[in-house]
Amino acid sequence: MAEQYQRDVYGATLVKLGEQDKNIVVLDADLSSSTRTNLFAKKFPDRFFNFGVAEQNMVATAAGLAACGKTVFVSTFAVFASGRAWDQVRMSVSYNNFNVKIVATHAGITVGPDGASHQALEDIALMRVLANMNIIVPCDGPQTEEAVMAAASSSGPFYIRLGRSKTPTIENKGEFKLGRGQVLSEGNDVTIVACGIMVQEALQAVKNLGSKGIKARLINMHSIRPMDDDIILKGASETRLIIVCEEHNTIGGLASSIDEIVAENSPVKVVRVGVRNRFGQSGTPEELMKEYNLTSLDIEKAVLSNISR
Amino acid sequence: MQNKPLTIKELEARAKVIRRSIIQMLVKAGSGHPGGSLSATDLVTALYFNILKINPKYPQWPDRDRFHMSKGHCCPLWYAVLSEIGYFPKEELLTLRQFGSILQGHPDRKTPGVEAASGSLGQGLSVGLGMSLAAKIDKKDYRVYVLLGDGEVQEGNIWEAAMACGHYKCDNLCAILDFNGCQIDGRCEDIMGIEPLAAKWQAFGWQVIEINGHDMRQILSAYEQAKENKGKPTIIIARTVKGKGVSFMEGVVGFHGRAPTVEEAQKALKELE
Repeated sequence: MAEQYQRDVYGATLVKLGEQDKNIVVLDADLSSSTRTNLFAKKFPDRFFNFGVAEQNMVATAAGLAACGKTVFVSTFAVFASGRAWDQVRMSVSYNNFNVKIVATHAGITVGPDGASHQALEDIALMRVLANMNIIVPCDGPQTEEAVMAAASSSGPFYIRLGRSKTPTIENKGEFKLGRGQVLSEGNDVTIVACGIMVQEALQAVKNLGSKGIKARLINMHSIRPMDDDIILKGASETRLIIVCEEHNTIGGLASSIDEIVAENSPVKVVRVGVRNRFGQSGTPEELMKEYNLTSLDIEKAVLSNISR
Repeated sequence: MQNKPLTIKELEARAKVIRRSIIQMLVKAGSGHPGGSLSATDLVTALYFNILKINPKYPQWPDRDRFHMSKGHCCPLWYAVLSEIGYFPKEELLTLRQFGSILQGHPDRKTPGVEAASGSLGQGLSVGLGMSLAAKIDKKDYRVYVLLGDGEVQEGNIWEAAMACGHYKCDNLCAILDFNGCQIDGRCEDIMGIEPLAAKWQAFGWQVIEINGHDMRQILSAYEQAKENKGKPTIIIARTVKGKGVSFMEGVVGFHGRAPTVEEAQKALKELE
């Protein structure tokens, strides 16, 4: 199975965009070699600006560039992009509805050895509460390119969440459309909704459940905002249970988005697989996925213990 | 478009009209910030009438000079100047802070002539930096002006931006610091000392010009000096009086964020005749 770093794909896509569109400007805050914006910097030095370790300034400067007609990509680690510069994102970017595309890397627990300070488990929540903000969590390399291209060609602010580690490419996802989930497997017993690296875990869980006679519908919900309400409500009415999987705190992220839609419209139970109100810690991604109950086995368990009541 | 520059006398007269508008807007709205609006009136009036290359009939003119009011709570001043110079009818001024108005309590892009929102302090110098970098990328010669408050420079974001403007040698950018010495809770020096201001900005790579912010001659000559400066951003540190022009508001901290009563407004307007 092909594996890619989402950030490699991001860097290469930026270069492609830079060739097509002179209005693309890229900003980074001393992490350009990690976020891979250095690829763009090398090719288009006049349209790349490094702000040093100063994320608030970087984000508000992006707003000024966007006010002059630029499409601005802003990158740093997810903890800093969403947390450190939140007020700048709120007032200068999303309130103005500017074309600022925040592409945050190193999100989630799989940042690994760097530990809790660097493991963003709250970023989707922080961005999701901002009016005007679009949020995409791509599940693999190819989807990263689709997300970045979609952000570049759509107006308004975006937050794109990428991981640190390599992601296996998920085949046959179908067309990528902002605000539309992708059905990766059909089934009428349970609906599993996942984003980011949890899609791969969920795929394995679907296989395991299948061998136990449970037919799971799997939805790759790459687009957190706008959210695909229809596909969720369809799952709620056609299956008996919804399981939501995310490499994020169970408060405020994808699961909360789905809870909000389902609670207003359907009595179906929603069970969350995510980090349960804890900070992360150092470890390998594999160790941490196990410790925080984010593996395919945890998803399978969540289905089995909730489906037949 | 460049208006014919006004004489010093004409500028002073305009500033008085602007100050009257500020009082009229605030008493109608019943809330808002007179102190810092009045202290920066001369600085912003001179800038709009004699310095900025703008076209009020074509606010989106790509080559226009940019002005951004980082201390957004002083927007009554901005709105009064924008309407005085023709961005929108003066009747709109009396809708300040009302439901459905194009004149929000803090700057919003609903207002013709407003480039970006402000209100949460400390971000506007960065916004100006972005505009300055955009001009450099596009090889355009428009200039960028950002009005800062003195209490505002207590925000860390200001110094991140100051460092970056120096680093990127933004000589097309001019910051104007309305140094009236007061903030909501008292005198700046008592709440959180900001001096020595000139030395701080110089250390961050800026050309510093210190003036009396109510002397039109000094104001105009500072703007001209800023334009000629190469290789560095410029900051005009303008000594001002909070509430300038209205005797009972001058230097009074309490008028930072309180609108005048009807009686106070009548008295103020009389003084501004």
